[in-house]
Amino acid sequence: MMRTFGLPDFLFILEAAKWTIALSLIAFGGGAVGGLLLALARTSGIAALSMAARLFIQLFQGTPLLLQLFLIFFGAPVLGFDINPWVAAGIALVLNSSAFLGEIWRGCIEAIPRGQWEAAEALSLSYFDRMRDVVLPQAFKIALPPTVGYLVQIIKGTSLAAIIGFVEITRSGQIVNNATFQPLMVFSAVAGIYFLLCWPLSLLAAHMERRRAAAFAR
Amino acid sequence: MNYKFQFGDVFAAWPLLLKGTWTTIQLSLSAMVLGLLVAILCAWAKTAGPRPVRWIINAYIELIRNTPFLVQLFFFFFGLPALGLRWSAHTAALTAMVVNLGAYATEIIRAGIESIPKGQIEAGLALNLKRHEIFRFVILKPALRAVYPALASQFILLMLSSAVVSAISADDLTSVAANLQSQTFRSFEIYIVVTAIYLLLSLAFSTLFRIAYQRWLNYPERR
Repeated sequence: MMRTFGLPDFLFILEAAKWTIALSLIAFGGGAVGGLLLALARTSGIAALSMAARLFIQLFQGTPLLLQLFLIFFGAPVLGFDINPWVAAGIALVLNSSAFLGEIWRGCIEAIPRGQWEAAEALSLSYFDRMRDVVLPQAFKIALPPTVGYLVQIIKGTSLAAIIGFVEITRSGQIVNNATFQPLMVFSAVAGIYFLLCWPLSLLAAHMERRRAAAFAR
Repeated sequence: MNYKFQFGDVFAAWPLLLKGTWTTIQLSLSAMVLGLLVAILCAWAKTAGPRPVRWIINAYIELIRNTPFLVQLFFFFFGLPALGLRWSAHTAALTAMVVNLGAYATEIIRAGIESIPKGQIEAGLALNLKRHEIFRFVILKPALRAVYPALASQFILLMLSSAVVSAISADDLTSVAANLQSQTFRSFEIYIVVTAIYLLLSLAFSTLFRIAYQRWLNYPERR
Protein backbone atom coordinates (compact mmCIF):
# COMPACT_ATOMS: atom_id res chain seq x y z
CA MET A 1 0.00 0.00 0.00
CA MET A 2 1.45 3.34 -1.10
CA ARG A 3 1.39 6.26 1.28
CA THR A 4 -0.02 9.47 -0.08
CA PHE A 5 1.95 12.67 0.00
CA GLY A 6 0.82 14.49 3.12
CA LEU A 7 1.86 17.09 5.63
CA PRO A 8 4.44 14.86 7.42
CA ASP A 9 6.18 14.27 4.09
CA PHE A 10 6.22 17.97 3.34
CA LEU A 11 7.61 18.69 6.81
CA PHE A 12 10.29 16.04 6.22
CA ILE A 13 11.43 17.87 3.09
CA LEU A 14 11.14 21.24 4.79
CA GLU A 15 13.30 20.06 7.65
CA ALA A 16 16.02 19.07 5.21
CA ALA A 17 16.13 22.75 4.19
CA LYS A 18 18.34 23.35 7.20
CA TRP A 19 21.04 21.18 5.60
CA THR A 20 20.70 23.06 2.34
CA ILE A 21 21.08 26.32 4.24
CA ALA A 22 24.02 25.01 6.30
CA LEU A 23 25.81 23.79 3.18
CA SER A 24 25.12 27.12 1.44
CA LEU A 25 26.55 29.07 4.38
CA ILE A 26 29.69 26.91 4.41
CA ALA A 27 30.08 27.34 0.64
CA PHE A 28 29.60 31.10 0.89
CA GLY A 29 31.86 31.54 3.93
CA GLY A 30 34.68 29.49 2.48
CA GLY A 31 34.08 30.87 -1.00
CA ALA A 32 34.28 34.43 0.30
CA VAL A 33 37.72 33.82 1.83
CA GLY A 34 38.96 31.95 -1.24
CA GLY A 35 37.36 34.44 -3.60
CA LEU A 36 38.96 37.43 -1.87
CA LEU A 37 42.39 35.79 -2.02
CA LEU A 38 41.89 34.96 -5.71
CA ALA A 39 40.66 38.47 -6.53
CA LEU A 40 43.64 40.01 -4.71
CA ALA A 41 46.02 37.62 -6.48
CA ARG A 42 44.49 38.50 -9.85
CA THR A 43 44.87 42.24 -9.24
CA SER A 44 48.26 42.00 -7.48
CA GLY A 45 50.31 42.81 -10.57
CA ILE A 46 52.64 39.93 -9.72
CA ALA A 47 52.63 37.81 -12.87
CA ALA A 48 53.13 34.37 -11.29
CA LEU A 49 50.48 34.95 -8.64
CA SER A 50 47.99 36.36 -11.11
CA MET A 51 48.56 33.47 -13.53
CA ALA A 52 48.09 30.87 -10.79
CA ALA A 53 44.80 32.46 -9.70
CA ARG A 54 43.68 32.67 -13.31
CA LEU A 55 44.43 29.00 -13.86
CA PHE A 56 42.46 28.04 -10.75
CA ILE A 57 39.46 30.12 -11.87
CA GLN A 58 39.63 28.78 -15.43
CA LEU A 59 39.77 25.21 -14.14
CA PHE A 60 36.76 25.57 -11.86
CA GLN A 61 34.68 27.70 -14.23
CA GLY A 62 35.47 25.48 -17.19
CA THR A 63 34.38 22.15 -15.68
CA PRO A 64 31.00 21.01 -14.33
CA LEU A 65 30.39 21.42 -10.60
CA LEU A 66 29.05 17.84 -10.57
CA LEU A 67 32.37 16.48 -11.84
CA GLN A 68 34.30 18.54 -9.28
CA LEU A 69 32.09 16.97 -6.65
CA PHE A 70 32.72 13.46 -8.03
CA LEU A 71 36.49 14.02 -8.21
CA ILE A 72 36.60 14.98 -4.54
CA PHE A 73 34.13 12.34 -3.41
CA PHE A 74 35.76 9.48 -5.33
CA GLY A 75 39.29 10.87 -5.34
CA ALA A 76 39.80 11.51 -1.63
CA PRO A 77 39.56 7.82 -0.57
CA VAL A 78 42.05 6.96 -3.31
CA LEU A 79 44.50 9.50 -1.91
CA GLY A 80 44.00 8.00 1.55
CA PHE A 81 41.52 10.46 3.06
CA ASP A 82 38.36 9.39 4.77
CA ILE A 83 35.47 11.35 3.32
CA ASN A 84 31.69 11.54 3.63
CA PRO A 85 29.17 13.32 1.40
CA TRP A 86 29.04 16.28 3.85
CA VAL A 87 32.76 17.01 3.60
CA ALA A 88 32.97 16.28 -0.13
CA ALA A 89 30.06 18.61 -0.93
CA GLY A 90 31.48 21.29 1.37
CA ILE A 91 34.94 21.21 -0.22
CA ALA A 92 33.63 21.12 -3.80
CA LEU A 93 31.22 24.01 -3.23
CA VAL A 94 33.84 26.11 -1.41
CA LEU A 95 36.36 25.67 -4.24
CA ASN A 96 33.73 26.32 -6.89
CA SER A 97 32.33 29.47 -5.27
CA SER A 98 35.87 30.71 -4.60
CA ALA A 99 36.48 30.66 -8.34
CA PHE A 100 33.23 32.43 -9.25
CA LEU A 101 33.37 35.00 -6.43
CA GLY A 102 37.06 35.59 -7.22
CA GLU A 103 36.18 36.45 -10.80
CA ILE A 104 33.23 38.68 -9.80
CA TRP A 105 35.28 40.55 -7.21
CA ARG A 106 38.28 40.95 -9.50
CA GLY A 107 35.99 42.94 -11.80
CA CYS A 108 34.80 45.06 -8.88
CA ILE A 109 38.36 45.81 -7.75
CA GLU A 110 39.38 46.70 -11.29
CA ALA A 111 36.38 49.03 -11.56
CA ILE A 112 37.93 51.34 -8.95
CA PRO A 113 39.55 54.20 -10.89
CA ARG A 114 43.35 54.03 -11.19
CA GLY A 115 43.54 57.51 -9.67
CA GLN A 116 42.42 56.07 -6.34
CA TRP A 117 45.29 53.59 -6.32
CA GLU A 118 47.75 56.29 -7.36
CA ALA A 119 46.47 58.69 -4.71
CA ALA A 120 46.88 55.99 -2.06
CA GLU A 121 50.38 55.33 -3.31
CA ALA A 122 51.20 59.03 -3.30
CA LEU A 123 50.15 59.09 0.35
CA SER A 124 52.68 56.28 0.80
CA LEU A 125 50.09 53.86 2.13
CA SER A 126 51.30 50.28 2.28
CA TYR A 127 49.62 47.65 0.08
CA PHE A 128 47.64 46.44 3.08
CA ASP A 129 46.41 49.92 4.08
CA ARG A 130 45.69 50.89 0.50
CA MET A 131 43.51 47.81 0.04
CA ARG A 132 41.81 48.02 3.41
CA ASP A 133 41.11 51.76 3.52
CA VAL A 134 40.88 52.84 -0.10
CA VAL A 135 40.18 50.13 -2.68
CA LEU A 136 38.20 47.38 -0.97
CA PRO A 137 35.59 49.60 0.75
CA GLN A 138 34.70 51.11 -2.63
CA ALA A 139 34.84 47.76 -4.40
CA PHE A 140 32.57 46.32 -1.70
CA LYS A 141 29.75 48.68 -2.70
CA ILE A 142 29.96 47.60 -6.33
CA ALA A 143 30.30 43.95 -5.37
CA LEU A 144 27.27 43.71 -3.11
CA PRO A 145 24.48 43.22 -5.71
CA PRO A 146 26.25 40.55 -7.81
CA THR A 147 27.38 38.78 -4.62
CA VAL A 148 23.83 38.54 -3.30
CA GLY A 149 22.82 37.30 -6.76
CA TYR A 150 25.55 34.67 -6.62
CA LEU A 151 24.16 33.41 -3.29
CA VAL A 152 21.18 32.15 -5.29
CA GLN A 153 23.57 30.16 -7.52
CA ILE A 154 25.19 28.67 -4.41
CA ILE A 155 21.87 27.55 -2.92
CA LYS A 156 20.88 25.95 -6.22
CA GLY A 157 24.33 24.36 -6.52
CA THR A 158 23.93 22.57 -3.19
CA SER A 159 21.21 20.42 -4.82
CA LEU A 160 23.97 18.49 -6.59
CA ALA A 161 25.07 17.09 -3.24
CA ALA A 162 21.90 14.97 -3.47
CA ILE A 163 23.57 12.95 -6.25
CA ILE A 164 26.31 11.71 -3.89
CA GLY A 165 23.70 10.95 -1.22
CA PHE A 166 23.80 14.00 1.02
CA VAL A 167 20.29 14.44 2.42
CA GLU A 168 19.28 18.03 1.73
CA ILE A 169 16.06 19.29 0.10
CA THR A 170 16.43 17.50 -3.24
CA ARG A 171 17.57 14.17 -1.75
CA SER A 172 14.79 14.18 0.83
CA GLY A 173 12.39 14.88 -2.04
CA GLN A 174 13.69 11.77 -3.81
CA ILE A 175 13.27 9.75 -0.63
CA VAL A 176 9.67 10.92 -0.17
CA ASN A 177 8.99 10.28 -3.85
CA ASN A 178 10.23 6.69 -3.51
CA ALA A 179 7.81 6.17 -0.63
CA THR A 180 4.73 7.94 -2.00
CA PHE A 181 5.31 7.82 -5.76
CA GLN A 182 3.65 11.17 -6.34
CA PRO A 183 6.50 12.85 -8.22
CA LEU A 184 4.43 15.78 -9.45
CA MET A 185 3.45 16.81 -5.94
CA VAL A 186 6.80 16.00 -4.39
CA PHE A 187 9.00 17.84 -6.87
CA SER A 188 6.62 20.80 -6.97
CA ALA A 189 6.99 21.01 -3.20
CA VAL A 190 10.77 20.70 -3.50
CA ALA A 191 10.88 23.42 -6.16
CA GLY A 192 8.59 25.57 -4.03
CA ILE A 193 10.93 25.40 -1.04
CA TYR A 194 13.93 26.35 -3.16
CA PHE A 195 11.90 29.18 -4.65
CA LEU A 196 11.07 30.53 -1.21
CA LEU A 197 14.76 30.45 -0.30
CA CYS A 198 16.06 31.98 -3.53
CA TRP A 199 13.44 34.45 -4.68
CA PRO A 200 13.85 36.96 -1.83
CA LEU A 201 17.59 36.99 -2.50
CA SER A 202 17.00 37.54 -6.22
CA LEU A 203 14.64 40.42 -5.48
CA LEU A 204 17.14 41.90 -3.04
CA ALA A 205 19.95 41.65 -5.59
CA ALA A 206 17.83 43.32 -8.27
CA HIS A 207 16.78 46.06 -5.84
CA MET A 208 20.41 46.72 -4.84
CA GLU A 209 21.47 46.80 -8.46
CA ARG A 210 18.81 49.39 -9.32
CA ARG A 211 19.84 51.55 -6.38
CA ARG A 212 23.47 51.32 -7.32
CA ALA A 213 22.69 52.21 -10.95
CA ALA A 214 20.60 55.18 -9.79
CA ALA A 215 23.43 56.36 -7.53
CA PHE A 216 25.86 56.21 -10.44
CA ALA A 217 23.49 58.04 -12.78
CA ARG A 218 23.38 61.07 -10.51
CA MET B 1 50.16 7.71 -1.21
CA ASN B 2 50.55 4.23 -2.61
CA TYR B 3 47.73 4.28 -5.11
CA LYS B 4 48.65 3.25 -8.64
CA PHE B 5 46.78 5.19 -11.28
CA GLN B 6 45.56 2.90 -14.03
CA PHE B 7 44.16 4.71 -17.00
CA GLY B 8 44.19 1.60 -19.20
CA ASP B 9 40.54 0.69 -18.67
CA VAL B 10 39.47 4.28 -19.22
CA PHE B 11 41.33 4.75 -22.48
CA ALA B 12 40.22 1.32 -23.68
CA ALA B 13 36.65 2.63 -23.45
CA TRP B 14 37.35 5.57 -25.80
CA PRO B 15 34.53 4.74 -28.26
CA LEU B 16 32.01 5.02 -25.39
CA LEU B 17 33.57 8.26 -24.16
CA LEU B 18 33.51 9.67 -27.68
CA LYS B 19 29.84 8.75 -28.04
CA GLY B 20 29.05 10.35 -24.69
CA THR B 21 30.95 13.49 -25.67
CA TRP B 22 29.02 13.68 -28.91
CA THR B 23 25.69 13.26 -27.04
CA THR B 24 26.67 16.09 -24.69
CA ILE B 25 27.61 18.34 -27.62
CA GLN B 26 24.43 17.45 -29.48
CA LEU B 27 22.21 18.01 -26.41
CA SER B 28 23.88 21.34 -25.70
CA LEU B 29 23.69 22.60 -29.29
CA SER B 30 20.03 21.58 -29.71
CA ALA B 31 19.17 23.15 -26.37
CA MET B 32 21.00 26.31 -27.40
CA VAL B 33 19.12 26.70 -30.69
CA LEU B 34 15.70 25.85 -29.24
CA GLY B 35 16.31 27.80 -26.02
CA LEU B 36 17.36 30.84 -28.04
CA LEU B 37 14.13 30.64 -30.06
CA VAL B 38 12.08 30.38 -26.86
CA ALA B 39 14.01 33.33 -25.45
CA ILE B 40 13.55 35.54 -28.52
CA LEU B 41 9.83 34.79 -28.52
CA CYS B 42 9.53 35.50 -24.78
CA ALA B 43 11.66 38.65 -24.98
CA TRP B 44 9.52 39.93 -27.83
CA ALA B 45 6.28 39.09 -25.99
CA LYS B 46 7.65 40.71 -22.87
CA THR B 47 8.33 44.00 -24.57
CA ALA B 48 5.32 44.05 -26.90
CA GLY B 49 2.77 41.56 -25.53
CA PRO B 50 -0.38 42.25 -23.50
CA ARG B 51 -0.17 42.42 -19.72
CA PRO B 52 -1.31 38.84 -18.85
CA VAL B 53 1.24 37.38 -21.30
CA ARG B 54 3.98 39.49 -19.76
CA TRP B 55 2.91 38.32 -16.33
CA ILE B 56 3.10 34.65 -17.32
CA ILE B 57 6.53 35.10 -18.88
CA ASN B 58 7.79 36.84 -15.75
CA ALA B 59 6.49 33.98 -13.61
CA TYR B 60 8.25 31.47 -15.90
CA ILE B 61 11.55 33.35 -15.68
CA GLU B 62 11.45 33.77 -11.90
CA LEU B 63 10.40 30.17 -11.33
CA ILE B 64 13.22 28.75 -13.43
CA ARG B 65 15.91 31.11 -12.21
CA ASN B 66 15.14 30.47 -8.55
CA THR B 67 15.03 26.66 -8.54
CA PRO B 68 17.89 24.19 -9.19
CA PHE B 69 18.27 22.64 -12.62
CA LEU B 70 18.36 19.17 -11.00
CA VAL B 71 14.89 19.71 -9.52
CA GLN B 72 13.56 20.97 -12.86
CA LEU B 73 14.98 17.84 -14.46
CA PHE B 74 13.29 15.58 -11.90
CA PHE B 75 10.05 17.46 -12.38
CA PHE B 76 10.14 16.86 -16.15
CA PHE B 77 11.39 13.27 -16.00
CA PHE B 78 9.46 11.91 -13.00
CA GLY B 79 6.67 14.46 -12.55
CA LEU B 80 5.21 14.93 -16.01
CA PRO B 81 4.89 11.19 -16.85
CA ALA B 82 2.53 11.02 -13.85
CA LEU B 83 0.20 13.15 -15.99
CA GLY B 84 0.36 10.50 -18.72
CA LEU B 85 3.23 11.92 -20.78
CA ARG B 86 5.65 9.19 -21.91
CA TRP B 87 9.12 10.26 -22.89
CA SER B 88 12.71 9.10 -22.83
CA ALA B 89 15.40 10.36 -20.49
CA HIS B 90 17.04 12.03 -23.47
CA THR B 91 13.94 14.01 -24.46
CA ALA B 92 13.21 14.95 -20.86
CA ALA B 93 16.81 16.15 -20.47
CA LEU B 94 16.64 18.21 -23.66
CA THR B 95 13.30 19.73 -22.63
CA ALA B 96 14.63 20.66 -19.20
CA MET B 97 17.70 22.26 -20.79
CA VAL B 98 15.61 24.24 -23.30
CA VAL B 99 13.23 25.47 -20.61
CA ASN B 100 16.15 26.40 -18.36
CA LEU B 101 18.18 28.24 -21.00
CA GLY B 102 15.03 29.92 -22.32
CA ALA B 103 14.44 31.67 -18.99
CA TYR B 104 18.01 32.93 -18.58
CA ALA B 105 18.39 33.94 -22.22
CA THR B 106 15.07 35.84 -22.19
CA GLU B 107 16.41 38.15 -19.50
CA ILE B 108 19.69 38.59 -21.36
CA ILE B 109 18.00 39.37 -24.69
CA ARG B 110 15.47 41.68 -23.06
CA ALA B 111 18.37 43.69 -21.63
CA GLY B 112 19.79 43.86 -25.16
CA ILE B 113 16.48 45.01 -26.63
CA GLU B 114 16.16 47.72 -23.99
CA SER B 115 19.61 48.99 -24.91
CA ILE B 116 18.44 49.84 -28.44
CA PRO B 117 17.89 53.62 -28.69
CA LYS B 118 14.34 54.67 -29.59
CA GLY B 119 15.64 56.80 -32.43
CA GLN B 120 16.88 53.68 -34.17
CA ILE B 121 13.38 52.17 -34.16
CA GLU B 122 11.90 55.46 -35.38
CA ALA B 123 14.49 55.46 -38.16
CA GLY B 124 13.23 52.02 -39.13
CA LEU B 125 9.64 53.31 -39.17
CA ALA B 126 10.72 56.29 -41.26
CA LEU B 127 12.23 53.91 -43.80
CA ASN B 128 8.79 52.27 -44.03
CA LEU B 129 10.01 48.89 -42.77
CA LYS B 130 7.31 46.46 -41.70
CA ARG B 131 6.86 45.66 -38.02
CA HIS B 132 8.52 42.26 -38.22
CA GLU B 133 11.34 43.70 -40.31
CA ILE B 134 11.97 46.34 -37.69
CA PHE B 135 12.03 43.70 -34.98
CA ARG B 136 14.36 41.46 -36.93
CA PHE B 137 16.86 43.90 -38.38
CA VAL B 138 16.62 47.05 -36.29
CA ILE B 139 16.00 45.60 -32.84
CA LEU B 140 16.97 41.93 -32.65
CA LYS B 141 20.26 41.83 -34.51
CA PRO B 142 21.91 44.75 -32.72
CA ALA B 143 20.40 43.54 -29.43
CA LEU B 144 21.88 40.06 -29.87
CA ARG B 145 25.19 41.63 -30.78
CA ALA B 146 25.14 43.78 -27.65
CA VAL B 147 24.52 40.82 -25.34
CA TYR B 148 26.57 38.26 -27.30
CA PRO B 149 29.23 37.76 -24.59
CA ALA B 150 26.57 37.17 -21.91
CA LEU B 151 24.73 34.71 -24.16
CA ALA B 152 27.94 32.85 -24.99
CA SER B 153 28.87 32.42 -21.34
CA GLN B 154 25.32 31.37 -20.48
CA PHE B 155 25.57 28.73 -23.16
CA ILE B 156 28.85 27.39 -21.77
CA LEU B 157 27.26 27.28 -18.31
CA LEU B 158 24.40 25.26 -19.82
CA MET B 159 26.83 22.85 -21.49
CA LEU B 160 28.60 22.33 -18.14
CA SER B 161 25.39 21.94 -16.15
CA SER B 162 24.24 19.34 -18.69
CA ALA B 163 26.45 16.94 -16.69
CA VAL B 164 23.54 16.92 -14.23
CA VAL B 165 21.30 15.06 -16.72
CA SER B 166 23.35 11.97 -15.88
CA ALA B 167 21.14 11.83 -12.77
CA ILE B 168 18.41 10.44 -15.06
CA SER B 169 20.90 8.47 -17.23
CA ALA B 170 20.41 10.48 -20.39
CA ASP B 171 23.42 8.85 -22.16
CA ASP B 172 25.53 11.99 -21.95
CA LEU B 173 29.26 12.06 -21.16
CA THR B 174 28.77 11.95 -17.39
CA SER B 175 26.31 9.03 -17.70
CA VAL B 176 28.92 7.15 -19.69
CA ALA B 177 31.45 7.91 -16.95
CA ALA B 178 29.08 6.63 -14.28
CA ASN B 179 28.50 3.39 -16.21
CA LEU B 180 32.22 2.86 -16.76
CA GLN B 181 32.78 3.50 -13.09
CA SER B 182 30.41 0.75 -12.05
CA GLN B 183 32.11 -1.69 -14.44
CA THR B 184 35.78 -0.94 -13.84
CA PHE B 185 35.82 0.69 -10.38
CA ARG B 186 38.42 3.13 -11.69
CA SER B 187 36.28 6.07 -10.60
CA PHE B 188 39.05 8.59 -9.93
CA GLU B 189 40.78 7.98 -13.27
CA ILE B 190 37.48 8.09 -15.16
CA TYR B 191 36.37 11.34 -13.61
CA ILE B 192 39.79 12.93 -14.19
CA VAL B 193 39.57 12.09 -17.90
CA VAL B 194 35.94 13.15 -18.23
CA THR B 195 36.53 16.43 -16.37
CA ALA B 196 39.40 17.11 -18.77
CA ILE B 197 37.04 16.48 -21.71
CA TYR B 198 34.55 19.02 -20.31
CA LEU B 199 37.37 21.53 -19.88
CA LEU B 200 38.40 21.02 -23.52
CA LEU B 201 34.76 21.37 -24.60
CA SER B 202 34.31 24.66 -22.78
CA LEU B 203 37.59 26.02 -24.19
CA ALA B 204 36.58 24.87 -27.68
CA PHE B 205 33.14 26.45 -27.45
CA SER B 206 34.47 29.77 -26.17
CA THR B 207 37.00 29.85 -29.05
CA LEU B 208 34.22 28.98 -31.49
CA PHE B 209 32.01 31.75 -30.14
CA ARG B 210 34.85 34.26 -30.48
CA ILE B 211 35.42 33.26 -34.09
CA ALA B 212 31.68 33.40 -34.85
CA TYR B 213 31.50 36.89 -33.39
CA GLN B 214 34.38 38.15 -35.51
CA ARG B 215 32.96 36.48 -38.58
CA TRP B 216 29.30 37.56 -38.39
CA LEU B 217 28.73 40.24 -35.81
CA ASN B 218 31.86 42.33 -35.83
CA TYR B 219 31.03 45.44 -37.82
CA PRO B 220 32.33 48.94 -37.18
CA GLU B 221 30.23 51.00 -34.82
CA ARG B 222 29.53 54.72 -35.12
CA ARG B 223 30.33 56.51 -31.92
